[in-house]
Amino acid sequence: MASPSKEMLLDWYRQMALIREFEETCHRLYEEKRITGVYLHLYSGHEASGVGSMAALRKSDHVITAYRDHGIALILGMDPKAVMAEMMGKKTGSSGGKGGSMHLASKDHNFWGGYAIVGGHLPLAAGIALEARYRGKDDVTMTYVGDGATNNGYFHESLNMSAIWDLPVVWIIENNGYGMGTEVERASGQIELHRKAEAYGIKSFGRVDAQNALEVYAVALKAVAYAREKGPAVIEHVTYRYRGHGVSDKQYDARDDMSAELKEWVEKREPIKILRDCIKSKYGDVGDILARHEADAERIVAESVAFAEASEMPSTYEDLMRNTYVASELVYKTERSVGAGID
Amino acid sequence: MAARNVAMREAIRRALREEMQRDEDVFVMGEEVAHWQGTHRVTRGFLEEFGERRVRDTPISEMAIGGAAVGAAMAGLRPVAEFMTINFAFLALDAIANHAAKVRYFFDGMFKVPLVYRAASGWGNQATASHSHAPEPIFAHFPGIYVGCPSNSLDAYGMLKTSIRDDNPVLFTESIALYPKPSPMPDDLDEDYLIPIGKGDIKREGADVTLVAYARGVDWALQAARLLARDGVEAEVVDLRWLRPLDMELVYKSFKKTNRCVIVEESLPMYSFGGEIAANLQERMFDYMDAPIKRVAAEDVPLPYSKDIELLALPDARKVVEAVKEIL
Repeated sequence: MASPSKEMLLDWYRQMALIREFEETCHRLYEEKRITGVYLHLYSGHEASGVGSMAALRKSDHVITAYRDHGIALILGMDPKAVMAEMMGKKTGSSGGKGGSMHLASKDHNFWGGYAIVGGHLPLAAGIALEARYRGKDDVTMTYVGDGATNNGYFHESLNMSAIWDLPVVWIIENNGYGMGTEVERASGQIELHRKAEAYGIKSFGRVDAQNALEVYAVALKAVAYAREKGPAVIEHVTYRYRGHGVSDKQYDARDDMSAELKEWVEKREPIKILRDCIKSKYGDVGDILARHEADAERIVAESVAFAEASEMPSTYEDLMRNTYVASELVYKTERSVGAGID
Repeated sequence: MAARNVAMREAIRRALREEMQRDEDVFVMGEEVAHWQGTHRVTRGFLEEFGERRVRDTPISEMAIGGAAVGAAMAGLRPVAEFMTINFAFLALDAIANHAAKVRYFFDGMFKVPLVYRAASGWGNQATASHSHAPEPIFAHFPGIYVGCPSNSLDAYGMLKTSIRDDNPVLFTESIALYPKPSPMPDDLDEDYLIPIGKGDIKREGADVTLVAYARGVDWALQAARLLARDGVEAEVVDLRWLRPLDMELVYKSFKKTNRCVIVEESLPMYSFGGEIAANLQERMFDYMDAPIKRVAAEDVPLPYSKDIELLALPDARKVVEAVKEIL
């Protein structure tokens, strides 16, 4: 197993600090009604899942996910300003204010988007991977999918298709214990979710403690190499969401058992702390660097909020209608008809 | 001009084959399109000519077919995904309505989705309720996708070519009843014969009543027009060809001349093609209206198996003639 370099670990810390700051700021802005959408699904608690796994990719690989997509966008290097502006529905947002929290994407980063229908992006992932196979490229499509989606037809059809066509997809099941409000145990006959993929002949790399970025990375490296060379692979990331299903999820306030569960995850399996401890144990005192990353995260997110709030809203009819269709570039010759013969 | 009769199935096959020869990025995927040679024989011989990479049998997985076509198109290929029948496309409605049609919009133009969904449509001979739909208007409900529904071989050829070459997603329906039906195609037709998206066509001229139809409805309208002509009534037949975008200007032009309209369709009457055309006409052409607008559609009932009552439920030329006579 290739172990990550010091520089890599420090960069992971930078990414995770940025995500946490960004997400907690989004939460605050939502409470203050400065972000006004109905849907805002935060990646707090999930950071190591995305950071550790995407570290195993190369630039030409592809990434696609569901609606818990802010962290994925930031890891891939999307501009936090454009992401925050999208949260606020601004013209300067990464999707021009048309998509919002659940529809971040960046062609320049091979990020094919966040999607809002549970499981709906899974066949898209198969199609993106098919393009690579079709053209003889060995790029991998890393696809994040929640535990809840593994009960949905899209999951089964897409995984099966990836198996029969040997598509280079790494299916990462982010199992945070709940599909919206329903525990995995109440929703799935098979609670080891990666085993569902095995049913289709897909190579499973098992369950991973996804609060530990190093463990995530080690397994992702193997799965990505497998997908690149052979075909689809699956990994189950065991993780936890700190801010519920979405910001409107109030069950953590209402239920003692859930708030106790959350507390335990934060105290014992906090991904940023686990990484910090690991870096410190390996490299001694790097506190200055970590503190600088934390300060940078605060500054970057504050700047992104200022940028987003200063940006214009789309407001015209033209803004509304734009980009429903591509303008046709086809050249039509004079149409001919065989006329009455059809009658 | 020399022309020869060609079955619509063959015209579609020819268009698809030529487009695959022309552009390496065009490929076919669907149930039984390869080794079986296509359930409707549209892709007959394709596997041998183009190989398994470009002629891809899929499992019976409409959700995956619908969505994989979107992903492949976003990534730069030009998939032609076949739903064996449009009845099965209901399983893919989310992929079609929420992804094919909306990906470009919700990412504000970041991606193009140049795909074609082909689907055989319409009621068959005693195919029973779940296999007897002509639900094109359901798919045409959603902005972001085009819907093309040819009524004859030449149109099918030109419309499919346009659908494949255009950078937007298109649902292209093929009436099962029209597959074997021959109609003329010019001998010297060139391979770039393209019918513009959203352009309707007058299939018969007449000054007394406008019959508006698409796909198989055009056949009934033309038959009705011949019957009406015996009684001295000249019907104009407008074939809209595309349900989205809808060439209402062509309908208005005809209606200004005839001041009467009967809308003919194979699909169901509620929330329908007929309702859409009639609503547009009354909003824009009220001053030209000399009679109520009539609609001829299937009866509002699931189709039964037994032959006589099946036929009772369906539109035909005789029903069109009756509707015209009520408003003359």
